[in-house]
Amino acid sequence: MHHIISIGDFDRNGIDRLLDHAGQIDRKKYDSNALGGKILAVLFFEPSTRTRLSFESAIARLGGTSLSVGSVEACSMAKGETLADTVRVVSGYADAIVIRHPKEGAARLAAEFSTVPVINAGDGAGQHPSQTLLDLYTIRQSMPIDNIDIALIGDLRYGRTAHSLASALSLYNARLHTISPKGLELPATLSEQLTEKGMEIIEHDSISDIIREVDVLYVTRIQRERFPDSASYFNVASSYRITPELLADAKKHLIVLHPLPRVDEIDPRVDSLPHARYFEQSRNGVPVRMAMLMQVMQ
Amino acid sequence: MKSSESADNEGLLVRRIKNGTVIDHIDGGEALNVVKILGITGTTQEALSIATNVQSRDMGKKDIVKLTNRELSKEEVDRIALISPRATINIIRNYKVFEKKGVEIPTLIEGLVRCPNPGCISNTHEPIQSKFKVMPNGLRCTYCDWVITKDVTSHII
Repeated sequence: MHHIISIGDFDRNGIDRLLDHAGQIDRKKYDSNALGGKILAVLFFEPSTRTRLSFESAIARLGGTSLSVGSVEACSMAKGETLADTVRVVSGYADAIVIRHPKEGAARLAAEFSTVPVINAGDGAGQHPSQTLLDLYTIRQSMPIDNIDIALIGDLRYGRTAHSLASALSLYNARLHTISPKGLELPATLSEQLTEKGMEIIEHDSISDIIREVDVLYVTRIQRERFPDSASYFNVASSYRITPELLADAKKHLIVLHPLPRVDEIDPRVDSLPHARYFEQSRNGVPVRMAMLMQVMQ
Repeated sequence: MKSSESADNEGLLVRRIKNGTVIDHIDGGEALNVVKILGITGTTQEALSIATNVQSRDMGKKDIVKLTNRELSKEEVDRIALISPRATINIIRNYKVFEKKGVEIPTLIEGLVRCPNPGCISNTHEPIQSKFKVMPNGLRCTYCDWVITKDVTSHII
């Protein structure tokens, strides 16, 4: 049985194969009944718009159906049922489970108790492999992933998407530039792991320092609740904002990615520039997740 | 005179047991942690002797733990390697060393160490034991990937 829990479960070939398959799907080269008669259980214990809808869209486009419990309050976990029991029960109703949970390692636990494949759709500050795969897919639409210079910007301490992406990029000899507010830097243990894998990581104070060098800006949301008051939040957030003026100095082929939702990190005027790829990135969630579902459900 | 007293005390420290396990060559000061790792508590029925900071030619100072009427399994003793990799285990039967073995660092540690990450699923009421992979740089939680790089004993459950 094949689960997808962490981007670390993939090697370079595995990622490339899945992205190739997503590309074929994107070009409409797929059987729209490939998962006909199959049922996907969507177990989301945290709010989500893009991930949830794109998984539901993905299974529908492959001829399957999805079932979900709605909200946490509406399911048995509100009565104190363990996740282990919930997963055991649900795996009797479906052919695969997509799970999002606030606790790190929840998807790994689910895989231990499930009798059907489990896909991790985000576990706390932990892993979010489907996001990483669609991030890589979006980069690959614009340039080869190998040897890119990528800047990770924003909350790099708690941002699971940045952690997973950085890990995956270590397979592609990418150079990592990090720009984050004090206290929200990339965790030291992750930096050490990446450095051991041979990845070059360079910390910077401001985006303008490296805007001429990088190929990809990966922007993440800085959460207000990390700051003592609104004034200090706005003060920090404004210095990490992507604007058309900042991008005026960028390489022509530079792309701006963001896992969304964005709040103040990207000026809406950037949306119309050729650098902006975050809405396309979000759309790419469907073919990439279709490829993932086919990989575990067929 | 002094040396005679010392010899008497030394005799008490190393007095033989009839049946059970002697854990020798524990790093000085780690005996209580070894006892903790073995899950030996105040309610344990077996007689337990602990000698700490005993002079050792090879180690300078070492600790010794003797447990009567209980033979430790390989899985139990290998956990000791986490804090005292030079420890040796002697299984005693009828006052004689029946078996002598070293400790090997295990590849996976289950139910021994609590994950320090408060957000880890292993710290909830789920029906699982903590699980750590033994890595060159420490212990990695198999659930949340948190790595314990130092002071393993303070995380023992």
